[in-house]
Amino acid sequence: MRHLLDTQNLAREDAVRILDVAEDMADTQRREVKKLPTLRGKTVVNLFFEDSTRTRISFEAAAKRLSADVINFSAKGSSVSKGESLQDTAQTLQAMGADAVVIRHGASGAPRTLATSGWITAGVVNAGDGTHEHPTQALLDAFTIRKRTFGDESRGRDLAGLRVTIVGDILHSRVARSNVWLLATLGAEVTLVAPPTLVPQDVSRWPARILYDLDEAIAAGPDALMMLRIQLERMNAAYFPTEREYSRRWGLDAERLAALGPGSMVMHPGPMNRGLEISADAADSPRSTVLDQVTNGVSVRMAVLYLLLAGTDEREDV
Amino acid sequence: MSTRTVLNAADITRALTRISHEILESNKGPGGLVLLGIPTRGVTLAHRIGALIDEIAAAELGGRGTPVGALDVTMYRDDLHRNPTRAPHPTQIPAGGIDGKTVVLIDDVLFSGRSIRAALDALQDIGRPAAVRLATLVDRGHRELPIRPDFIGKNLPSAREERVNVRLTEVDGAEEVTIES
Repeated sequence: MRHLLDTQNLAREDAVRILDVAEDMADTQRREVKKLPTLRGKTVVNLFFEDSTRTRISFEAAAKRLSADVINFSAKGSSVSKGESLQDTAQTLQAMGADAVVIRHGASGAPRTLATSGWITAGVVNAGDGTHEHPTQALLDAFTIRKRTFGDESRGRDLAGLRVTIVGDILHSRVARSNVWLLATLGAEVTLVAPPTLVPQDVSRWPARILYDLDEAIAAGPDALMMLRIQLERMNAAYFPTEREYSRRWGLDAERLAALGPGSMVMHPGPMNRGLEISADAADSPRSTVLDQVTNGVSVRMAVLYLLLAGTDEREDV
Repeated sequence: MSTRTVLNAADITRALTRISHEILESNKGPGGLVLLGIPTRGVTLAHRIGALIDEIAAAELGGRGTPVGALDVTMYRDDLHRNPTRAPHPTQIPAGGIDGKTVVLIDDVLFSGRSIRAALDALQDIGRPAAVRLATLVDRGHRELPIRPDFIGKNLPSAREERVNVRLTEVDGAEEVTIES
């Protein structure tokens, strides 16, 4: 594996391999000494052009647990705010000897540009680009679903036959896009639920079913119900009348939580808008996997960094 | 290229039985022993030696089995960047842990000693054993580090270019040690 840019082009074997290595990484995180010497001497640059706390610290924790050196670079207060181009930033990192670049960028496709431009030789990990993809989030979601469903029997398995429902702002959500592709590759049945205004224009080629009514989706008894964050910062147009109305029709409140079968897990990529898309009852219930997702995020990112950086340069694109 | 069989199935069983006796002798019984195999074939050998020790020292163990586990060393190797990416294997530490125990590391072939160096680093991250011993089915020489086994199935002088293959029924469906030159 040379780069991780999206889940749309990730083969089933590669996805299962990442999840299996993540299992081994998760095992090491239960030890007294959590740090492994594996990537000693490698440098991982977190190149964040958009604000992010959880993803950045998760990548930082993952790299540090593998003994890599981490350089955090955020666009605010850096040369980028002085007008430096992506090419110049990338070439600067190359000159400093970065082995991997974890990039978050507001423009869809920026990680691919970085990976294919020839500006750098480092491996590139997409940590979220525009409204395109966020592959490590989808991998950690798949890992969480697999772990909750199969427990210690998880290794080597995909998600064949499991039903996952993703609710919320599909239009702007790179998490939803990455999940749709990855979960479908792993054999899960994906249903998307959203207000009609928050469904992308053409989803006919997505391997997913679209519903507009959350109660109907809950009645179908999904194995996992993933509530997406309403991205208030992207709501520059009126996609729904009021937050209250959104919450009433598409929010997971106590009543809907009760209607959801006891075997279903409730997921949220965080940060949560409590009371908007998810109620406190749902967020804090034992069926909620929110904190598992955070823990698993570190293991999955360790696996990705390991697979990207540990081998020789004889690598192929994913 | 020629292949020669060095140990057959009966030889392997005899060697493992002798190693089991030697482990018990040097440890003065089965108390406080933890056997950790290095994946993949070391784990198979560890389980076999564990079963043999349970049989030989049945009276002293009184029905309790000798703890057997697996210790993956992939993440601790010093040659990761020289090889294609290796998939790690699961590490299983027996429930009682390794603190204060006598850990016997078990591998199929001892060559450069670098896997064992990695295993010692891995052990250090898991706990603090009272002592660490090393058992290997084949010692083929060419050590690159000051490491020597405590229990050896067979000393096999070999040339550096030769390949030593250990095949075990559980993993390979065959039972033999061969040398290819």
